[in-house]
Amino acid sequence: MLPSARATLMAALDAGWADPQRLYTEARRARALLDQARELLADGLGVRPPEVSFLPGGPAALRAGLEGLRYAGRRRGARMVATAVEHSAILTTGRYHAAQADNPFLFAEVGVDRLGRVDLPALEDAISVPGTVLAAVQSANGEIGTRQPLERAHALCQRHDIPLLVDAMASLGRDPTPAHFDVLAGDARSWGGPAGLGVLVVPERTRWRRPGPASEVEHGRTDVEPVIAVALAAAEAWRQTRANRVDEAARSSALITRLREAAADLRDVDVVGDPDDRLPHVLTFSLLYVDGEALVTELDRRGFAVGSGSACTSSTLEPSHVLAAMGVLTHGNVRITLPLNAIAPTMEDDVDRFIAELPDAVAVVRAQLGASDL
Amino acid sequence: MNEIEVDARGLRCPLPVIRLAAAARDAPDGTRITVLTSDPAARHDVPAWCRMRDHELVEITQVSEPAYLRIVVVVRSQPSNAAGGGSGSARSSRTM
Repeated sequence: MLPSARATLMAALDAGWADPQRLYTEARRARALLDQARELLADGLGVRPPEVSFLPGGPAALRAGLEGLRYAGRRRGARMVATAVEHSAILTTGRYHAAQADNPFLFAEVGVDRLGRVDLPALEDAISVPGTVLAAVQSANGEIGTRQPLERAHALCQRHDIPLLVDAMASLGRDPTPAHFDVLAGDARSWGGPAGLGVLVVPERTRWRRPGPASEVEHGRTDVEPVIAVALAAAEAWRQTRANRVDEAARSSALITRLREAAADLRDVDVVGDPDDRLPHVLTFSLLYVDGEALVTELDRRGFAVGSGSACTSSTLEPSHVLAAMGVLTHGNVRITLPLNAIAPTMEDDVDRFIAELPDAVAVVRAQLGASDL
Repeated sequence: MNEIEVDARGLRCPLPVIRLAAAARDAPDGTRITVLTSDPAARHDVPAWCRMRDHELVEITQVSEPAYLRIVVVVRSQPSNAAGGGSGSARSSRTM
């Protein structure tokens, strides 16, 4: 979280915000501040304030977006289409509904190419099936960085009169705000805000209806009241990140390019995702004959926090569904997500040191498995 | 034609691919290697290894009761002289 967002959060908690639904002075003040936060976000997202709702976290917003489109389309059918690299909040919900109806046809997963980009002809085939009520395509993948062709995907959806749900959880604050969607979901963490705040954008033109009893909360799109201090902190982070976004993206992208080149110089490596048309701050690569968990631990020992999509690092012992869908190596996987400058001002030095130490760290874990000469 | 079987059942990633690579290292060109594995990652990683090292993937068969995969590959080149290659975005198989 950005330091300024943290300061906002602490100050708002100290002030002890009242329930904005009440009528007394404190509550009115809370209401006004929440409205300000909403206006700030709406302005940045290019939509009107009533079209923006705060939900408890990005995945919750994404799932709500899906359920509302599905419910609004129920007279047309119940079939949903998503790319195979969507967030698990989409994939597990889609598979759940198909399983409940005992009809695998109700959830179609569209494949991606080796770079992780959706197969547009296959997407069009999938959404042209009668009974389809929505398509879900992310703006960019937070694991591999590859951007999706949203403009073209949206044009296909419009041609077939299918609403497009866009997951922007990885890109908001890092990339320009998506302009092509019918429902959009985001997470404040991607722009340096606190955990626990998602945004759901439902433009007035979109047919969307929340299943379940009517709610007065957040324009009827949830029944969970937002925590005002968290929403204010998210808005403060948005204000700062938006002001710095272009410089920030240029700086991150140059560092990722250097890291990408360093990774490609390793022996037996699969550097994953689109090298150019990608998020500015994400890099993923996989190494043959490397235990992903051991490499993450070895890098952590050297002071670097990285993620991994390898099976050995997941509780299910299944590899990342994104890497699997792309047909790239899943073991020995390392995922780097660069923090924002205000969070990590010494990032250039850290990247230099990482590049210097990476070959040795890889050699150490390969040697542990007796795989140095394969 | 040479035939080798690598039974890697019960081993987790990356060990099945390491056992396969160790068998392939000393095998002549054209050797057919059958890998038995219960590791769910092997379904993705053996094909990726074939692509990165320019070997040939023949087939992947799911065997049930008890569940495991039977993967057949043909050794197409020695790692020591496999230079560059690989498709997609990555350089691979470079000798350090």
